[in-house]
Amino acid sequence: MSGREEVLRRVRRALADVPAGETPADVPVPRDYLRGHSPADPVETLAERLMDYRAVVRRTDGAGLPALIARLLAARGTRTVVVPAGLPAGWLSAADGVERVPDSAGQTPHDLDAVDSVVTGCAVAIAETGTIVLDGGPGQGRRRVTLVPDHHVCVVRVPDQVVGSVPGALERLVPSRPLTWISGPSATSDIELSRVEGVHGPRTLEVILVSM
Amino acid sequence: MPAFPVAAAEAVGDARLRGNLRHATHTIRDKRARAVAELPDWPELRAAGAAVKDRTLRHLDHYLERLERAVTAAGGHVHWAADAAEANRIVTALVLATGEREVVKVKSMVTQEIGLNAALAEAGIRADETDLAELIVQLGDDLPSHILVPAIHRNRGEIRDIFRDRMADRGRPAPEGLTDDPADLAEAARLHLRRKFLDAKVGVSGANFMVAETGTMVVVESEGNGRMCLTLPETLISVVGIEKVVPTWRDLEIFLQLLPRSSTAERMNPYTSMWTGTTDEDGPRAFHLVLLDNGRSDALADTVGRQALRCIRCSACLNVCPVYERAGGHAYGSAYPGPIGAILTPQLRGVTSELDASLPYASSLCGACYEVCPVAIDIPEVLVHLRERVVRGGEVTVRGTRTVIRPAGGHAAERAAMRAARWVFDHPGVLRAGQRLAARTRRLAPRRRLPGPGRAWTDTRDLPPVPAEPFRDWWRRSRGEGSGR
Repeated sequence: MSGREEVLRRVRRALADVPAGETPADVPVPRDYLRGHSPADPVETLAERLMDYRAVVRRTDGAGLPALIARLLAARGTRTVVVPAGLPAGWLSAADGVERVPDSAGQTPHDLDAVDSVVTGCAVAIAETGTIVLDGGPGQGRRRVTLVPDHHVCVVRVPDQVVGSVPGALERLVPSRPLTWISGPSATSDIELSRVEGVHGPRTLEVILVSM
Repeated sequence: MPAFPVAAAEAVGDARLRGNLRHATHTIRDKRARAVAELPDWPELRAAGAAVKDRTLRHLDHYLERLERAVTAAGGHVHWAADAAEANRIVTALVLATGEREVVKVKSMVTQEIGLNAALAEAGIRADETDLAELIVQLGDDLPSHILVPAIHRNRGEIRDIFRDRMADRGRPAPEGLTDDPADLAEAARLHLRRKFLDAKVGVSGANFMVAETGTMVVVESEGNGRMCLTLPETLISVVGIEKVVPTWRDLEIFLQLLPRSSTAERMNPYTSMWTGTTDEDGPRAFHLVLLDNGRSDALADTVGRQALRCIRCSACLNVCPVYERAGGHAYGSAYPGPIGAILTPQLRGVTSELDASLPYASSLCGACYEVCPVAIDIPEVLVHLRERVVRGGEVTVRGTRTVIRPAGGHAAERAAMRAARWVFDHPGVLRAGQRLAARTRRLAPRRRLPGPGRAWTDTRDLPPVPAEPFRDWWRRSRGEGSGR
């Protein structure tokens, strides 16, 4: 008997107490929990919660964005930056002297490891949990580009990309896309529960809230 | 493995270990209480989480088949393993088929449960743990002692020594002059593992959730080692217990609120990765899902014990348990320590070994674990249920077959005493005579320990003193004849 048939046979035998006519819908799931915990100002809450996670939060408007990105890259001494396909051309227009490395399938992880920074957009940001979600859409790149370089600059359009809560984010996301949820920089508490940032992922996460 | 009381005795005597454990469990439990208090609808989320899991478990065959269709449609391959040996065979064959002899691993309870690393090593495949705590455990030839923070029994000095002495054996040595500062130790781990990540062709993981409706796999983590293993290799093999399935995409809204707050006491863990089959040129080109039974269907067959399969491995029950806090995780003798381990392990493995038969007793039944459980598993109820199974035997399912098990050995004296007590309580005259006799001969009664077969009972508790006068005599004397009854 194959593993599949054996496991399913065991599961079905184990459920002898479940009436033959019962369907999943017959098992009630109360969903009287809240859709969100209504932060008064989601953008303000997002900024606060991101900072709680020791992400660096900056604010600007559309006109100020290129200069701000250039300044953040310069402050880190960035010489090379990964550019995801579909990143708005203007975002890096002020970053003089920084070499653009296009995100491409041919890039090896070693290639990426040699790059200083990555600049991306996002799909949605969750205020209540201080989370940004990337779904591989335009301007977000493959899952690995926000992982290997040590410095990630993520641009969030506010208020339209911000939702209050986790349920609100899941409603907006498409499950079949590769999804990366990021809440602050990489961290560990494995040694005597002392929090240390940047074990394997980027040690610095800078989030720019751009008002549109 | 020895029975729990024997295994725990050593830990209880180790002052440093107890100090580490006490610090860790109290810190996490206090933080957790604050994180949970932030959500006014926590009780509703908890009830919803329990209900979703119950729905899933009562129709597990339906959801597993649905999951299989969705994963396959998205380009993944689904394998089924009835037990640990079969799962290990499948994973080993998949790795060998890639031509690789090294794999990087995401922290996973289930691969610990089935002993995957040892099975791979036998086939000449090296598996490197990449979670910082799992790395500490692996380098130290040790075992995990906590679900969330597996190296919690080690302090920074011990970790520094392990890194300094052992890192070179498995790749890049620890930096010269390594201190015991956590940031320094984390950096050493980063350097040690970086090349492994960049070169890895095969990754092995578990999963926190699998969505039947969409075939989506979910892994939550903090460090980014998970994302490395799930993203960079060409082949990804995920071994997941069949109970980890949830019906719909929407159901994640419940669990992604319950799990981080209950586990690490954060509003959200730093990284969550979700993938559905394979995606062109983004992530692994081949994805294999190994669905593992290994005793889960036996637990499912037990209508009281079934609720243990709701567990989302948050480890909150460990951090509030007075027994875990003193005994540590190793005494439980399985991948699952603490209160959840005390009910899960005897169901997955049966109660035939001395250790497994002792686990339902590794509890004071104080109920703190039930209070704190984000999916409302009534752990004390299951503990008592399993104690009854150990003492009385009865009908259970073992590897898919209904079997009658005999009472475990070692409880004969207890059973005889209980039978005798029932007879005495059924005969009030005998009880009265016995009580008077005991009161009059109380000077002869042992002070602390019983002799003979009763000695085991007084090994772990003091014998109560015999009163000078039976209660019923006192009642009759002080309230007058006829006022009672």
